[in-house]
Amino acid sequence: MDISIVLSGEAGQGIQTLENLLARLVKSAGLHVFATKEYMSRVRGGVNSTSFRIADQPVAAPLRRIDWLIELSPGRTKHLSARLSTATQIVSDLNNNVAAAGYVHGLLGLELGSGEAIIRQYFAAKGEPLIAANLAAFKAGFEKYQPAGKPKRLVADALVAERLLLNGGEAIALGALAGGCNFVAAYPMTPSTGILTFLAQQANEFELVVEQAEDEISAVNMALGAWYAGARAMVTTSGGGFDLMQEGVSLAGMLETPLVISLGQRPGPATGLPTRTGQEDLNLALYSGHGEFPRVILAPGNIAEAFALSRRAFALADQYQIPVFILSDQYLVDSCYDQPQFDLRPTSNQSYFVQTTVDYQRYKLSEDGLSPRGLPGYGPGLVGVDSDEHDEAAHITEELALRKLMMEKRLKKLAPLVDIEPELIGAADYETLIVSWGSTKEIIKEALVVSGRAKVAMLHFQQVFPLPKSSHKYLAAAKKIISIENNYSGQFAELIQRKLGVMIPDRIVKYDGLPFTVEELVERLNG
Amino acid sequence: MNQFDLPNSEIAWCPGCGNFGILSSLKQALEELQIKPDNLVIVSGIGQAAKLPHYLKCNFFNGLHGRALPPATAIKAANPALVVIAEGGDGDMYGEGGNHFIHAIRRNPNLVNLVHNNFVYGLTKGQASPTSQIGFKTPIQVEGVFEVPFNPLATAVALGASFVARVFVGEAEQTKEVIKKALMHRGYALVDIFQPCVTFNKINTFQWFKEHTYQLGPEHDPTDRAAAFRLALEQEKFPLGIIYLNPGRVVFEDKLAAYRQDQRPLYRREVDFEKLRQFLERKK
Repeated sequence: MDISIVLSGEAGQGIQTLENLLARLVKSAGLHVFATKEYMSRVRGGVNSTSFRIADQPVAAPLRRIDWLIELSPGRTKHLSARLSTATQIVSDLNNNVAAAGYVHGLLGLELGSGEAIIRQYFAAKGEPLIAANLAAFKAGFEKYQPAGKPKRLVADALVAERLLLNGGEAIALGALAGGCNFVAAYPMTPSTGILTFLAQQANEFELVVEQAEDEISAVNMALGAWYAGARAMVTTSGGGFDLMQEGVSLAGMLETPLVISLGQRPGPATGLPTRTGQEDLNLALYSGHGEFPRVILAPGNIAEAFALSRRAFALADQYQIPVFILSDQYLVDSCYDQPQFDLRPTSNQSYFVQTTVDYQRYKLSEDGLSPRGLPGYGPGLVGVDSDEHDEAAHITEELALRKLMMEKRLKKLAPLVDIEPELIGAADYETLIVSWGSTKEIIKEALVVSGRAKVAMLHFQQVFPLPKSSHKYLAAAKKIISIENNYSGQFAELIQRKLGVMIPDRIVKYDGLPFTVEELVERLNG
Repeated sequence: MNQFDLPNSEIAWCPGCGNFGILSSLKQALEELQIKPDNLVIVSGIGQAAKLPHYLKCNFFNGLHGRALPPATAIKAANPALVVIAEGGDGDMYGEGGNHFIHAIRRNPNLVNLVHNNFVYGLTKGQASPTSQIGFKTPIQVEGVFEVPFNPLATAVALGASFVARVFVGEAEQTKEVIKKALMHRGYALVDIFQPCVTFNKINTFQWFKEHTYQLGPEHDPTDRAAAFRLALEQEKFPLGIIYLNPGRVVFEDKLAAYRQDQRPLYRREVDFEKLRQFLERKK
């Protein structure tokens, strides 16, 4: 059982504080929680909302249904009207965010005292007068809730206490730290600013270099310089900022210097819908940078994958000396829910660079295309890298036979790239197969369960490029394939068609700037 | 013999190019300061000047046009023990890389920025550069340049750069000495180097630079910012020497959280999984 609560208010009314506070209150009560937000690109005014699902089992997808709508700015929720029904209860007489938290605490049937303890803790740093004011507001909101009849009661789950509560952006940042990231260069851009902010705030704790560059061109060139000198560097941006980084992707291809790019998608073209979501930049990542060179694109489907793939991106980039993308989106980075602990076993953080010898050559031709990557100042050899076509010692060459060998060397690296297998979820004897990538995963997963249809499964891709070798096997077993994507043209379906020759004419797409909801997908799958 | 000599390198510069003199002065400066080739990284962009790191023994990062300063800053930040030089021509540093030039000065990393300034584009064959003089005719600027030339020294002084100098490659001894001072200086050091382009600039020749420059005397106090700014604005005859010194600036690498407890370069660091585990405890 779950309760769907939407809190809405103007920018500046503390919806973010409310979201954090409420998530904490609910989790402390042993309830599972999922929260996602939609907001306008402005600092004050407008209308923002956070959708909560509070449940007695884990939840990781948004609903269309609203059981309770709590408006801090009454009359500004027209954009939510399609989600309201006669059963929706609308609360419009709460005057601040903490009172709203108190109200929700009440309607969940929780004790006032447990909530007050959290309030104290949450505002501890703000000083006694503010704590007292917030306690009073909380209590006022709590007492305002007057149950009409017997309220729904959710059953607490003792396991919730041990679960993590964080959002996709934090998971990407923490995954980067687990992957050895120690250098971040970026220019702020929604929805990726949160990742940059998080890492900047952890820079002391984790001993990082975090630099806000003058532009994205500088950021990506800094990241390459940092990798060259032995750091593990990441840039974090969104489509428009990434447009400016493309020269750096191409440079990474030529220098064979690793690079990790966290690309949080939002709807374009151009400035588009700055604070909304979409999966429109797969093609951008896929074709970014002039010339031909290998790359890997990873797309987390949920918060656990965000952590794991972000961590893995660094090892992949380092091992193959290539650019690796972590392709997320506003919905994923801004959504949070409770979930199991991440795997922190220190296994795969091998370093791939070598100590140079006097006769070291950076681009030594080799069987597998990989030349040992030396670092300047580590060993007596000299390490050169060059954006021109180059010889083994990295000096500019126009010897065309050598150019051919160097091209083959660089592109050979694509062949052995480790596959992250696509995940088959649902009926093993499927006739209909849904193809998904990125942040739609959990929504589709729940929609499949709710729709109750037999012989349907989903195939979820974490590694969207290169397509894992086993892809064809799964696709060939289906009678019907449906792709579901948060874009207009079905970019991933197109990629599969092009690369594997498997046609996917059935496509469910959404491009209004919002993620799918469970109900919407059920209707479109069953419709 | 110089330990930076790189025998057998096929140099792509025109005979008589000012770049030869810059290369030679740079190698002497490095030798005299006993810098080791394996501890030196030269970062360059694209252009005839930016080919320089291919002609001496060093670690090098020959990246993209206009982009020497961002990777140079990052290399220094990733391993502060390295000696880092960001080098290129006037189009590279002041045109394509203009934004990075401004912000590198603001950051003040401990590196040397050498700019070969010949008022013209060489590699693309003779178009105007940001420092081309008014009236300079090219196949593109057919009526002659009318835009006001970019003034790197005035810009650098205005931004409070920590070391600003100009030399003329024809004054080899001074070129070497100023490069040495720039290398010894802690913080960002700009050395704008006048050089003739013997192929594409028939106006600003060796002779022209000789006639349009003069030596700064000992009476100039380079820490006097107003005086430095006045000198930077002189356009009839350009002063040579150290124009401005701003020794009070905070050095970029010194402010980085990565080095607060630990002086080792980043490549020697390992992931602290225990710290991560503790952090995640707080997310429960």
